[in-house]
Amino acid sequence: MAEFGTSDPLLEIYLHENSQLLEQLEQCILECEQANAFSSAAIDVIFRIMHTIKGSSTMMNFDDIAALSHVIEDLFAFIREHQPRLTDYSTLSDLVLQGGDFIKLELYKIRQGDAPDGDSSPLKISIHRYLEELKHRHAGQQDRTAPDEDASGDPLDESARSIAQGAHLQAILFFDDDYNMENVRAFQVVHSLKELTEDFNCWPEDIENNPDTAGMIKDQGFQLFFRNGESAETISAILSQAPCLKQLEIRELTLPEVEIASPPAVTSTTVAENSKDSNSVADASLATVQPAAAQPNVPSHPPQETPALAKPSASSTGAQQSSFISVNLAKLDELMDLVGELVIAESMVTQNPELAGLELEQFRKAARQLRKITGEIQDKVMSIRMVPLVNTFQKMHRIVRDMCKKQEKLVRLQLIGEDTEVDKNIIEQISDPIMHLVRNAIDHGIEAPGERSSAGKNETATLTLEAKNVGGEVLILVRDDGRGLNREKILQRARERNLLFRDEAEMSDRDIYNLIFLPGFSTKEVITEFSGRGVGMDVVLRNIESVGGSVSVDSAAGEGTTITIRIPLTLAIIDGMNVKVGPSRYTIPTTAIKESFRADRGSVVVDPDGNEMVMVRGQCYAVLRLYERFKVMTPITAMEEGILIMVEQDDQTFCIFADELLGQQQVVVKSLPSYIRKIRNIQGLAGCTMLGDGSISLILDVGGLALTS
Amino acid sequence: MTDQNTQLQTEPSDDTQTGKFLTFLIGTDVYGIEIRYVTEIIGIQAITEVPELPEHIRGIINLRGKIIPVMDVRLRFKKPFREYNDRTCIVVVELSEVSIGLIVDSVSEVVQIAEEDIVPPPDIKSGNPQGFIKGVGKVGGEIKLLLDGDKLLQHEEAEHLSHL
Repeated sequence: MAEFGTSDPLLEIYLHENSQLLEQLEQCILECEQANAFSSAAIDVIFRIMHTIKGSSTMMNFDDIAALSHVIEDLFAFIREHQPRLTDYSTLSDLVLQGGDFIKLELYKIRQGDAPDGDSSPLKISIHRYLEELKHRHAGQQDRTAPDEDASGDPLDESARSIAQGAHLQAILFFDDDYNMENVRAFQVVHSLKELTEDFNCWPEDIENNPDTAGMIKDQGFQLFFRNGESAETISAILSQAPCLKQLEIRELTLPEVEIASPPAVTSTTVAENSKDSNSVADASLATVQPAAAQPNVPSHPPQETPALAKPSASSTGAQQSSFISVNLAKLDELMDLVGELVIAESMVTQNPELAGLELEQFRKAARQLRKITGEIQDKVMSIRMVPLVNTFQKMHRIVRDMCKKQEKLVRLQLIGEDTEVDKNIIEQISDPIMHLVRNAIDHGIEAPGERSSAGKNETATLTLEAKNVGGEVLILVRDDGRGLNREKILQRARERNLLFRDEAEMSDRDIYNLIFLPGFSTKEVITEFSGRGVGMDVVLRNIESVGGSVSVDSAAGEGTTITIRIPLTLAIIDGMNVKVGPSRYTIPTTAIKESFRADRGSVVVDPDGNEMVMVRGQCYAVLRLYERFKVMTPITAMEEGILIMVEQDDQTFCIFADELLGQQQVVVKSLPSYIRKIRNIQGLAGCTMLGDGSISLILDVGGLALTS
Repeated sequence: MTDQNTQLQTEPSDDTQTGKFLTFLIGTDVYGIEIRYVTEIIGIQAITEVPELPEHIRGIINLRGKIIPVMDVRLRFKKPFREYNDRTCIVVVELSEVSIGLIVDSVSEVVQIAEEDIVPPPDIKSGNPQGFIKGVGKVGGEIKLLLDGDKLLQHEEAEHLSHL
């Protein structure tokens, strides 16, 4: 099956689907844990997820993943079938979560182009042990509660124990319909089993030499008769690993059956009866191993299985999933570019200078209609890229859970406004920082239950993740009710690390708290698994800043800490003020603009170094003349002829001098061509955009301008 | 097919574009660039200046929604600037996955130059100081200077690194 290993699109789909499934799995487990019960619907979902992962992994030849998911699937098959009274949910969820983590790691390796070389056997063994324990307890329960119930209610369990060594077994294998050459696959199975078993026979016999047997296997399955030399688990494990296996049945033959079967030339009619026989669970003990369905894309496809497991579970979730499709982000970017062009083309047509002065009533009507539609298209395309924060937030449940277990803290995670939508690119950038903040909050901020109760607080701490839309920005708050930041400790650490650049007496609480964002700062004495390496907060800050956001922290001793992340709604569109300088046009992000005004001659002063300053309401601000900064020829150089725009970014406020304001408009941000960026990293330019008339305007980066002014 | 035989032997995968050059004028000199690099030719249009760039990078233009940089080939060759007129053209080329517009005095024609008619450029020291020319083609007694597109862009970075 080398062709699957190398074909990229298939692998891409495999990785994408399975990561989604794993996310769903994790969420499902956490929900169950919260409700402290595994609902039958949830069990169905988990079962189906593991089943799909197993199927597709087998197809892609990732055997370890397949084997692990197989074991988990078995576990849930049992739970689903018998609904044993579970006493210890957390062991179960731990096992499944660990399994999910293992697969996730392997998927990551595959995505990175490495071989998925992780070893899942310890995990498989512990899952197996758990399953055995469950079966054991379940059998005990049944004995007590329903002593007269027939053993047929538990065929899987029974068979697993009853296939003793040395028993005569019959195994029937069906292979996937999509793959031909059944005889070759059957031969592989024969090859691997022959050494482990005694009295080995199979039907059809001459699979090596007779290609016609492929059809026979297809119709009636490949049958094996043997006496068991190894444990039943080994046999079923070997059999279930056969490539492209669709269905596998193992049954113990009673003595008369052995006699019928032992002459290896079994007629096709008896075989058909035999397989029918085995479908009725009534008397034969029947071990069923889940099929490795090769249709991972069709979760709702009811797999053809033995009755014990034939309930398709995907119907409800399948319907939900069908209302979403995943699209390549690059295509969306292209689409957005095209819509941007469309909008420009539209204004080039409807505002064409050649139309000036003409009375065109019908044309104007049509043009208005066109404008309305293009506007709507633009809005829709923009909204496609917007993704709610819900997934990012929900991932934190897992982190909170794991950390609480490890650190023996009690934390309730509260999510507010998780349906707030943010541009897809931004979400990718902020999910790590949020995770860091959550870890930090639990690790450093929230006290152990004992400490909390002695401080008169509720033992269970509350960690709040809140998102809200404020103007053109999204605010994300990570708030805990822990011990708060320790002003003295921060100062002391900053002194030790030589991070203080200002007089301590001049610093406000807020200034001091913000010291924690400096590189190399960490106050926690003990480095834990989760946080405390001092790389956290400055990385958080850098990540957030890279998407044009900002972070601030506020805290009250003993009451908790709130970290506020401000991020723009989207990177792709900003609200900008267009200004003109000579022939050039520049766009200033409106979020940075405080006000604009025309300066009087008297209010501008020049210091001995030649720096210009303007007095506004008793405050002095530096003046940056754009035409000087960017070396543009313009006739307007006198202060009273042009206009001053006061901008603020990162607590720096200064005034930009331009010829005139052109107006405010939403612009689509485009980066400068890569060739230009390669030649020179221009400080003070964030990118460029196209204006309605097709001309290009350069977008100013106020922070960058401030640095160089 | 017959007239392309020589080229087909050397580079059989590239069919009709092989050996064809778009020629343009800088002053009186005729330059040629391989046609496979050329995306399109447009008239001169409004150029948005970008600050802090070397003189020959004139700025950026809006090519139907795509923003590309434009380079004045005249200035690139350290020749004096000449005002743009209606003969001035922007040849949009794609060189090592970079789209860039080359401003030239005028575009003349597409010619076929057989490989045996291309001779290596004269000694680096004398006639070809910047290494932009990778060959000299002869077509009917006329001399065409064949540009090395990659050099045109590459040299840039090295120059700039030394500036910094």
